[in-house]
Amino acid sequence: MDKFTGKIWVLGDDIDTDIIIPTEYLALKTVQDMAPYAFSPLRPELAAKIKEGDIIVAGKNFGCGSSREQAPEIIKALGIKCVIAKSFARIFFRNSINNGLLLIENSDLRDNVSEGDEITVTINEAIEHKGRKYPIASLPQNLVDIINAGGLVKAMRKLNGLG
Amino acid sequence: MGATIIQKIIKNNTGVDAKAGDIVTVNVDRVMIHDIFIPFVASKFEEMGFTKIWDPDKAVLIYDHLVPASQVDDTRHFRIGNEFVEKYGMKNIHRADGICHQLMTEAGYVKPGDVVFGTDSHTTTYGCVGAFSSGIGYTEMASILGTGTLWIKVPETIKVNITGRLPNNVMAKDIILRLIGDLGADGATYKALEFTGDTVANMTVASRMSMSNMAVEAGAKCALFSPDEKTAEYCNIKLTDKERALVGDSDAQYCQVINYRAEDFVPVMACPSNVDNVKSVSELAGKEIDQVFIGSCTNGRLEDLMAAAEILKGKHVASFVKLIVTPASRTIYRQAVENGTMAILAEAGAIITHPSCGLCCGRTGGILTDGETVVATNNRNFLGRMGTAKVQIYLASPKSAAAAAITGKITVPSV
Repeated sequence: MDKFTGKIWVLGDDIDTDIIIPTEYLALKTVQDMAPYAFSPLRPELAAKIKEGDIIVAGKNFGCGSSREQAPEIIKALGIKCVIAKSFARIFFRNSINNGLLLIENSDLRDNVSEGDEITVTINEAIEHKGRKYPIASLPQNLVDIINAGGLVKAMRKLNGLG
Repeated sequence: MGATIIQKIIKNNTGVDAKAGDIVTVNVDRVMIHDIFIPFVASKFEEMGFTKIWDPDKAVLIYDHLVPASQVDDTRHFRIGNEFVEKYGMKNIHRADGICHQLMTEAGYVKPGDVVFGTDSHTTTYGCVGAFSSGIGYTEMASILGTGTLWIKVPETIKVNITGRLPNNVMAKDIILRLIGDLGADGATYKALEFTGDTVANMTVASRMSMSNMAVEAGAKCALFSPDEKTAEYCNIKLTDKERALVGDSDAQYCQVINYRAEDFVPVMACPSNVDNVKSVSELAGKEIDQVFIGSCTNGRLEDLMAAAEILKGKHVASFVKLIVTPASRTIYRQAVENGTMAILAEAGAIITHPSCGLCCGRTGGILTDGETVVATNNRNFLGRMGTAKVQIYLASPKSAAAAAITGKITVPSV
């Protein structure tokens, strides 16, 4: 997935993990059971509209709040290819990498796009929107290693000789 | 160049003289898993191919979010947790003793200088005794259970220096809310906070706990207080030279230094629906409310209940207000009964509930609905946190919460 194009959903600043998945649904058995309630306090209609390959573009501090790992898992289960935000909260960032959900930090894109626009992402290089290119940084090597292994579970399986 | 507290803890733990931005692997001294995530930790642990916990005595499992069960499905978490403890030989399990963060320090699981991770974002709490503690997800918890290690990026540190005497109606909660308001909800993201100054030195460990607990609401990775005699007494230990040395050096490198005069603090609240939306109580006074919640890992300790009781003594909550009081642990519950605090609260009309996370995580004990307003002493006022998305949550100190319960309006506490 070095390069991909997708339709975007645009969200604001401080999208917290209680918005991504409210606590009342956290004891449901699987992330698939929880996924229809994603973003429900803010936009109850959103989860049903998201399609495979879509991209979320948000403001600063995306994923702030609790440590619930269901948050990135649900975003991934909805088919979201990656989340691009001005910044991410730290626990959400770690959880996303460990689950193979791609996150990209970019401070300019959010304020220049509209919901429904298409963007093209080239990993470790740039995001392209209506002819304009937004450069993006490379991830540190230890995180690339986890992603390349297919997430932390697979990395640990390899460590335990279950490759 | 000198070192910050977090640099010293990491050096003691790894032997590496790490600077901010370096990625190091730490040896974990203790982990905390709570009921909501145990099914996920258990399945990831086995999926990873581990067959034993690196050191079962270093792991603690605490049931608190779902205690007592409010939905039949909740009991599945207890069944899986009990099986996990049995299968892997864990001894440290608390099935109904209180909130995880209260128990970790109260039951002596955390000591100064320890490196601790928990499956809850408010794991930053243990910085109150000078431990580096932070929240992680269940997949990383499963990997720690197998390996005893975790990679971390050494954080930069923001030093917060507070000097002077706090006004009587101001509590540690007002300080941390003000700081979050000043820093913003992402102002300390990826960073450590270090609290110093005579105001902090004069604080109880319980008050320090309210502050380290909420540091994550500014995005902080951890929030550290230097261990002192109060810490030693609270932890029931004698401080070693190494623990005494957990002080930020005067020539350490800080990315930001914030100075406050204690006398300048006033009672404040975090207004709907972001923790950094902080306003003075006097500015909000008169706003009608429906419910008050005094409890949580932020403010459910004995001094919090006593502060509320001081205001409620001989008075009664407004007829249309429900005042819910939830002690943070079974020990605190017993102490508050023994010293008469519970009797004062009950006579004032409080609904006293079992020690647990309770209403704070919106699962039980006073869920609210559209158009209702609650003044609450916990740590988050996010949309939908304590009921529907149209509930207004104002976060406050126990004194401000008690004052509002009496009048039925947001009120500046007078003691």
